[in-house]
Amino acid sequence: MSEVETLEATQRAISRRAFIKRVIAAGAAVSSANYLFRGSFTGLAPRASAQGVERLISLKVNGMVRRVDVVKQETLAWTLRYKLGLTGTKLGCDRAECGNCTVLIDDVPHYSCSVLTHTVRDREVTTIEGLAGPGGRLHPVQQAFVDELGPQCGFCTPGQIMSTVALLKRNPNPTREEAAEALSGNLCRCGAYHYYLNSVMRAAEYMRG
Amino acid sequence: MAGNYKLIGRDFLPPDVYGKVTGQARYAEDFRAEGMLFAKLLVSPMPHGRVRRLDVSRAQRMDGVVAILTPDDVPQVQPGQEPILAREPMYIGEPIAAVAAVDEATAAAAVETIQLDLQLLPFVTDPLDSLRPGGPDANTAGNVYLQGVRRIKWTARDFAAAGDDKLPLGEPAVEWSYGDVEAGFQQAALVLDETFVTQAISHHSMEPRTAMAYWQNGKCYLHASLQSVANAVPGIASLLGIRQEDLVLISENTGGGFGSKAGGYPQLAIPALLSRKAGGRPVMMRVTRLEEFYFGRCRAGFQGRVRIGFRSDGRITALDLYIVQSNGPYSGFGDYTNAAGAVSLVYQPLSMRFRGVSVLTNTPPRSAQRGPGENQIAAAMEPILDKAARQLGIDRVAIRRINAPRHDGRVGADRGPITSSYLPEALDIGAEKFGWEEQKKLSGTRRGSKVTGVGVGMAYHSAGSNGFDGLVVIKPDGKVYIHSGEGNLGTFSYAGTARVVAEVLGVPWEQCEVVWGSTARHLPWTSVQAGSNTSFTMSRAKYAAAVDAKRKLQEIAALDMGGSPDDYEADGGRVFHREDTTRSITFARAASRAIELGGKYSGFELPGDLNPMTVRSAQAVAGTGLVGVARDNLERNGTVPAFGVGFVRVEVDVETGKVDVVDYVGVADCGTVIHPHNLGNQVCGGAVQGFGLALFEKHVYDPQIAWPAARRLYTSKPPTYLDVPLEMRWDAVNQPDPANPIGAKGVGEPLMGAAAAAVACAVADALGGRPFNRIPITPDMVLNAAENRPQSFRPLEVNV
Repeated sequence: MSEVETLEATQRAISRRAFIKRVIAAGAAVSSANYLFRGSFTGLAPRASAQGVERLISLKVNGMVRRVDVVKQETLAWTLRYKLGLTGTKLGCDRAECGNCTVLIDDVPHYSCSVLTHTVRDREVTTIEGLAGPGGRLHPVQQAFVDELGPQCGFCTPGQIMSTVALLKRNPNPTREEAAEALSGNLCRCGAYHYYLNSVMRAAEYMRG
Repeated sequence: MAGNYKLIGRDFLPPDVYGKVTGQARYAEDFRAEGMLFAKLLVSPMPHGRVRRLDVSRAQRMDGVVAILTPDDVPQVQPGQEPILAREPMYIGEPIAAVAAVDEATAAAAVETIQLDLQLLPFVTDPLDSLRPGGPDANTAGNVYLQGVRRIKWTARDFAAAGDDKLPLGEPAVEWSYGDVEAGFQQAALVLDETFVTQAISHHSMEPRTAMAYWQNGKCYLHASLQSVANAVPGIASLLGIRQEDLVLISENTGGGFGSKAGGYPQLAIPALLSRKAGGRPVMMRVTRLEEFYFGRCRAGFQGRVRIGFRSDGRITALDLYIVQSNGPYSGFGDYTNAAGAVSLVYQPLSMRFRGVSVLTNTPPRSAQRGPGENQIAAAMEPILDKAARQLGIDRVAIRRINAPRHDGRVGADRGPITSSYLPEALDIGAEKFGWEEQKKLSGTRRGSKVTGVGVGMAYHSAGSNGFDGLVVIKPDGKVYIHSGEGNLGTFSYAGTARVVAEVLGVPWEQCEVVWGSTARHLPWTSVQAGSNTSFTMSRAKYAAAVDAKRKLQEIAALDMGGSPDDYEADGGRVFHREDTTRSITFARAASRAIELGGKYSGFELPGDLNPMTVRSAQAVAGTGLVGVARDNLERNGTVPAFGVGFVRVEVDVETGKVDVVDYVGVADCGTVIHPHNLGNQVCGGAVQGFGLALFEKHVYDPQIAWPAARRLYTSKPPTYLDVPLEMRWDAVNQPDPANPIGAKGVGEPLMGAAAAAVACAVADALGGRPFNRIPITPDMVLNAAENRPQSFRPLEVNV
């Protein structure tokens, strides 16, 4: 069959209309309209978004009260990263699949990509930047992750550390199995799980003093 | 350099680890710039189409839209080359147009207004469909890639001769052989003929390939997610049509690459070209997880067939390998030829023939993925080796040992030499540490619904190149600045190799600073940070620069304190006379003297054999201290091989089909160990990726519309904490390779393949030893095997 014949045959077999219908039936969308944020970020964009109305709210982040303009549908990850300059919270999927964006809200780990900023008013938000003590002294969990050389590429590390901090608050003596369970919402594509678990166990030691 | 090291082989904390635990480490999306715009992409909804009309006028009129990029704005490419934006998109999700606007919502809304009329063209996801007479071609120019697009169709007779369950052996694109293969089969006591499938999988690095770019003073500043920095510059500059010196590439940290970010990729040009259209205003293109699946690269899949002849002692007399590769739509990657090279080395067949064809498919573009080819073939071959061992009554470690290369092993069609092989020792160490003799007695034992299986796997990747440059500067502050042009993708080898400089100069590590992450910091021409390359290749280049710096220190000492340069030694941050150590100067003093002396000492005169990039960097630092700069001209006679060995115990639930990996030992033959703690993380982490390759991950496309079903993380299924053993063990042979001054070889890649192979072997072992001849081995396959039912698909089917 020539190229043209093949082409025609293909188009007979599956018309453009049928193709689109199948795509729709498959529940599929390639649109880039997902994974996006409306609204400018303070100081940099020349104008506010046409669609979103910003409101000034107060957030408690890392022990400080921060005043910030947010739009209704803004996620906590976006507010932290693009308005408060806290880029330690990473976005790996923006769909609650990977855990890279884990922060603590009232000591409970949450995927900040899937939390609306408006919902955390009056609650304590802790990010990776909020762990170190005065003069940059590392939090015991951070120190353990350094000493055990937990990270490889490091992109998931802030999330792993936040989940560990939360775990050790509610269970200061976890077994390795409990640690794995507690961190299982934090993916690591480098596969550094064994070294992260070593870090968690050492962190528990450090926290016990 | 002798083996008595102060730093090599000892643990240390790489400088970037603090930033990684505090959130201060910056990745591409963490940079901000005044007036930054956001980009969104219009991507193809069809697996193959031709743009008949692309109307961006409504988008152009929208408030807040600043720049739009269409295929008309980017260079035209030859068939088989990947465009920046496609006029004839070849896979679902391929970028066609891009919009930069004041915020992301506006950019996305503008993309929605673009009128796209796309004519559907023939498409294909299964390579065998394309090889059939009259089968569809993924590209209008042809269906096979080999240094360009060509067309190969097999005959109906080829297909009929093979039947449904064996790979047809039609016309290959590549063929080579050595030895007398037919005679080899005649001498064999056992001949196996096996057809196998390995499925494509995505890299899914945790950091999507987000990029931010702006233009200033005629230069493009690009913040990118890359494994390599210096080595990526020529490719990206060429994409943008600018001179290399007009690109400032910044990549301090990269959230994983695994081969998918080895060099510049066309999508990096999108924010840079949008920015140029926007008058140089910064443009951030945040790549989504879905887009990362689409154009974030993946590992090629294989449909293969291998005939192997064994002597009664297990030695392979003849091996005849055929691989059909799913190439993706563009140039892809040579996994299939790599696989053949690996087989020729790891099993040292007395004779061998390889044939292969890489067939274009309308699926995401392929690239190298950790052990590209070597790792798939390990997972396919090793269970077949076990089958032979069982039929010949040989131990499974023994059959590997009898075939494994020694230092005189040979590789490839031309039987080239290798620099060292401690693969047999790695097997011995692993067997000992794992307790192979004891654990293999557990094979097939059942507890409740769980059956135990044990397995061993081997894998290989070449692990070193040469000819790159090193650059170090000793400054009047007494510090040694080690300029490192590698990227930082998480292996810490940019820092590990820098330790060689400190070792040569006898300077405490605390007195050294690694300079990395931006071409604005003046980087030497450096190897690509891929292909298990860095440890071998860049320790050599850094060694060369350190030796040059040391010589200059000795010369300055002799000049100032008398005697000949050879009378002086460097240690503890000082240069001193060997016989009278009171005659000494500090590095700080020597650096000041180098500045006074000028010429070669401070970088104003440079060796003639440096790469132009190194020359520019050395000129930029000239006059700031004592400059050590040199090209690696050391000898390298042969391929540098890295080997991984894995031992594993699994528990296979015959009621649910779930496989638990419960014990793992990985062993590396990576020459001299530079950084034990970090090597352990690589051995174990590589194994985790191997578990994913063997058990969980695969691409699946709807054959009707080529729609990808495994796009997101929850459908791609990379392993989690709950998919790996709670404890993993590792070791290294730690014997020096003669072609490296400290004896180091790279090793990243085979650590994954060895684990994948071991797991594939162990699952088969639990169920009686019959190889599945397919990865991943999913629960449905396990259940069918456990109950002696046929599998629910034919042996060659993909997309299942």
